[in-house]
Amino acid sequence: MTATPAAAPLLEARGLSFRRQDEPVFAPMDFQLHAGELALVEGDNGSGKTTLLRMLAGLLHVGEGELHWRGAPLQRDAISGEILFLGHQLGLKADFSPRENLRVAASLHGCRDGASPASVLARIGLAGYEDEPVRRLSAGQKKRAALARLLLLPGTLWLLDEPYANLDRGGIALVNGLLEAHVGNGGAALVTSHGAVTFHGGEPRHIRMHA
Amino acid sequence: MSTPGLATACAAMLRRDLALAWRRRGDIAMPVLYAVIVATLFPFALGPEDTLLQRIAGGVVLVTVLLAMLLALDAMFASDIEDGSLEQLVLSPQPLALLLGMKILAHWLATALPLIVIAPLLAAMLHLPAAVIPVLLLALLLATPLLSLLGAVLVALTAGTRRSGMLLALMLLPLCVPAVIFAAGAVAAAQQGLPWLAPIAWLAAALVLAVVLAPLACAAALRIALDA
Repeated sequence: MTATPAAAPLLEARGLSFRRQDEPVFAPMDFQLHAGELALVEGDNGSGKTTLLRMLAGLLHVGEGELHWRGAPLQRDAISGEILFLGHQLGLKADFSPRENLRVAASLHGCRDGASPASVLARIGLAGYEDEPVRRLSAGQKKRAALARLLLLPGTLWLLDEPYANLDRGGIALVNGLLEAHVGNGGAALVTSHGAVTFHGGEPRHIRMHA
Repeated sequence: MSTPGLATACAAMLRRDLALAWRRRGDIAMPVLYAVIVATLFPFALGPEDTLLQRIAGGVVLVTVLLAMLLALDAMFASDIEDGSLEQLVLSPQPLALLLGMKILAHWLATALPLIVIAPLLAAMLHLPAAVIPVLLLALLLATPLLSLLGAVLVALTAGTRRSGMLLALMLLPLCVPAVIFAAGAVAAAQQGLPWLAPIAWLAAALVLAVVLAPLACAAALRIALDA
């Protein structure tokens, strides 16, 4: 790891599991994620990767087990805004341009110091498409527009569900670069992917999901 | 890097939804066209008798406007659920109930306000006396936001279910009835030269209650809809 783990992990799961209609979606799991760490969530289709991420984000209730944030039981109200979530649905309005989408997000979450929608879109490779309605962008460009949110908004923990889907080779390298920079700045990320991930910022932690 | 204030967030939310509504102007025009067509058909069906039309004009305009609002109601949160924007709103560090309140306000401005603007036209077409039209407008200004708020709660409650349109209509009917009774009561009283303030006051009281409670109920219902 690049950063030395602090005493209390940023996020800790103890005996975490989830049931849907009394069917366990995944077996109870324990893991820790420290600031400056990247974790890859691996598992087959239907093994509960998305469920886990939605649960950590606070969209799903915690079934059984406990979640701890910086050593204390996790309180959603206290950490709202610290977790950024990117799911299968990208959360972009198709009638808005990437710039307008980012502006709305920034007025709810706030901006990182020195980041602006224009600079972030240039970094993410959408220069020239800032004012094009999202509906007219390709699937990969939509993904990039959604990823731009990660660069613009302040957040400690990134929960990324299949961030590599639809991206070209350049886009995949871009996501890896974003993750490296985020982790290098003391952030943490949980990433699901069934593709091979080449991460240069040290060996990521692996969280294996079993149904 | 601090979280933006409530006012900034609310203003951004309102601007966002109004801009989205404006980009889909065709959808706004639909309820207005529907109301015009329904109100126009009444004289053809009942015959152009002044006295008959005059007697039913207030009720017809009220019911037409409220029905036209129902057309657009189930779209209130649909697109936000579909494209994942709602998840982002839930995860934002702003109170969800307030953001949803802004969404409801934007929805009312985009669908009900155009209907209220054309209501005097419809009323005049049905020979409603000009002196009663201000009371009709006042009743509409109170009844339509009430319907938007009650409707929003039901839309949020049925958000997780497939083909929720039917369920929504059935659930909304009993909730509409008091609004229609009080609004029509005020118009009828005004038409007969009786005091009409009491039903208007009831509508206003119900609206105040709904303004406070409906966004909270919406937020709770939508959290449950996502938690599945």
